[in-house]
Amino acid sequence: MKKTVIDIHNVSKVYNPDTIPVHAVNNVHLHFEQGEFTALVGPSGSGKTTLLNIIGGLDAPTQGSVIINGTDITHLSANALIRFRLHHIGFVFQSYNLVPVLTARENVEFIMLLQGVSKAGRERRVRELMAAVGLSDKMDVRPAQLSGGQQQRVAVARALASKPQFILADEPTANLDSHSAANLLDMMAQLNRDEGMTFIFSTHDARVIERAGRVITLVDGSIASDTARVETGV
Amino acid sequence: MLTLLAWRNLWRNRSRSFITMASVWCAVVLAVALSSLQKGVFDHLIANVVSFYSGYVQVHHAGYQSEQTLENSFPLTDSVRQAVLSAPGVVHATPRLEAFALVSTGEKTRGCMVAGIEPDGEDRVTHLKSKLVAGAFLHERSTGVLLAEGLAKRLRVGPGDTVVLLGQGYYGSTAAGKYAVEGLLRFGSPALNDQVVFLALATAQHWLDAPDLVTTLVVSPRKPAETESVAAGLRRTLPADFETLSWQEMMPDIREHIQTDTASSAIIKAVLYLLIAFGIFATLLMMLAERQREFGMLVALGMKKIQLARVVLFETIFITITGCLVGIAVSIPLVWWLKEHPIRFSGETAEVYERFGFEAVFPAALSPSIFVNQAVAVFIVGVLLSFYPVIKVLSINPVEAMRS
Ligand SMILES: Nc1ncnc2c1ncn2[C@@H]1O[C@H](COP(=O)(O)OP(=O)(O)OP(=O)(O)O)[C@@H](O)[C@H]1O
Ligand SMILES: [Mg+2]
Repeated sequence: MKKTVIDIHNVSKVYNPDTIPVHAVNNVHLHFEQGEFTALVGPSGSGKTTLLNIIGGLDAPTQGSVIINGTDITHLSANALIRFRLHHIGFVFQSYNLVPVLTARENVEFIMLLQGVSKAGRERRVRELMAAVGLSDKMDVRPAQLSGGQQQRVAVARALASKPQFILADEPTANLDSHSAANLLDMMAQLNRDEGMTFIFSTHDARVIERAGRVITLVDGSIASDTARVETGV
Repeated sequence: MLTLLAWRNLWRNRSRSFITMASVWCAVVLAVALSSLQKGVFDHLIANVVSFYSGYVQVHHAGYQSEQTLENSFPLTDSVRQAVLSAPGVVHATPRLEAFALVSTGEKTRGCMVAGIEPDGEDRVTHLKSKLVAGAFLHERSTGVLLAEGLAKRLRVGPGDTVVLLGQGYYGSTAAGKYAVEGLLRFGSPALNDQVVFLALATAQHWLDAPDLVTTLVVSPRKPAETESVAAGLRRTLPADFETLSWQEMMPDIREHIQTDTASSAIIKAVLYLLIAFGIFATLLMMLAERQREFGMLVALGMKKIQLARVVLFETIFITITGCLVGIAVSIPLVWWLKEHPIRFSGETAEVYERFGFEAVFPAALSPSIFVNQAVAVFIVGVLLSFYPVIKVLSINPVEAMRS
């Protein structure tokens, strides 16, 4: 039996409970196992970002618990939560992922530096990861000189660098052309297959959804469907 | 790498970093120049006025200041002299026996102020020798007199001529004596230039029939700035039948003039600091707005807020320190130039100074403490302001910051 990575129990999120309440997420139960490659889909405003932020410990649910590797992160203090994110969760954001004044290599290295990884360890891993995302020749280039797709690849490399339990990506392809989007997905799928990295990403893109091993559809903050496919990735 | 990150950020928006730095150094330069000029003006003013005659501090028999007569003189014993010289901060003390008298050549007679002095001691305290324009200076056993130039002109006498001094001696006796004019002195102050006469102390005591008596001990502090503390020290150590006055007390009009000027320049400096503070603050706000998403992203990834705050603090403090250092570096030659090319007042101000008896020309003061004080003041403003971004960073909500 596969190892459970995330256990979401009866999670709800209500914005502005005192004025005009917005029920962004309603009584969601979810369960993710190691190695899953999951797409979170749904119309705009259905609660995808909210749910991902709750799973990532960036936003607190109004109700329910989020258990990651046995730790209920909804009970962690603010500082403990920051430390938890650093060591257990990888993030790829839709845009503005990288520190503009650091090179690609330094952006990836930075997260390991925060974790306290030794210099030798960092350098080795940066080289490995930049090769894995196909950007060995762009190590010393700043984000502004990279294409949107390349920037997202660096962001994936950085997310992997911290050796997280799983990687959350909120619309990682939203700002990419379809070719770059496909490339990024190929790369994520490969990392999922080869390294068993768990990915949860939200998307609107039908071609991206095709690649997912599991598709969770949110409608108005509730799970409308949750389907698994036999073959994962391409 | 945190330092590296801060360092790179400084170069990220060069013009903004530069503008912030420039506003800091402008503030330092202006504040330093303003303070140096002002201190220069005051030092010059005080040194002039004080070295005319009064000295920084005077010790009298109690009551002399309000009634300047021989009856309020005191015997200059070694113990009094010792007590004054050993008071904290005192470097010199020279006695005078002062009296009003008539000076006459036979044809012409003028009122004058006679001072019996110890010539060398007097020179140390008021640089009297430097005012000599003709003839020879006095020595301890001189039996002649030194006349102020203006007075000599009115009497139509010069070195080698003889004058008669008529005055009232101790306990009302008549004091009269015939003295050779040994030299002429030129004073900037018209009041002095038209009426002072100097004799050796012993000669004056003999003339006034007041053996061993003096009216005044003129005291030099180690530094002009220590005037008040030296006066206070003397008041504490000397017996109650003495009075001690600082130049501020002897010349209250000059003290008031300085106080008014200091107050108005303090306001100018406050406005200057305020302007600079707003300037720096505006660039900090711009920086915060521009990097909001980046900060949010870094905290979302797991960077501790305190680490991020350190980066931001490093950046602003670096800018402030560099600005202050550049400001000092620029102000040193500037102030030096202002010292070499003194400011010359004209119009009403000049008249006021000329009435005090000296040219309204003021070199800036080149004083290290001014550089340090102004730079520290600007630095403190910078550091206080840089706590704003720090507080903002510490209270950042990554989700909101990234959405903005
Ligand atoms: N900070 C907030 N305050 C109030 N309401 C919010 C806030 N954030 C999100 N919402 C609301 O919660 C609901 C879910 O928003 P969410 O951003 O999670 O949707 P989404 O599925 O990510 O949409 P999209 O596909 O457009 O990104 C929406 O109705 C949104 O308006
Ligand atoms: Mg969204």
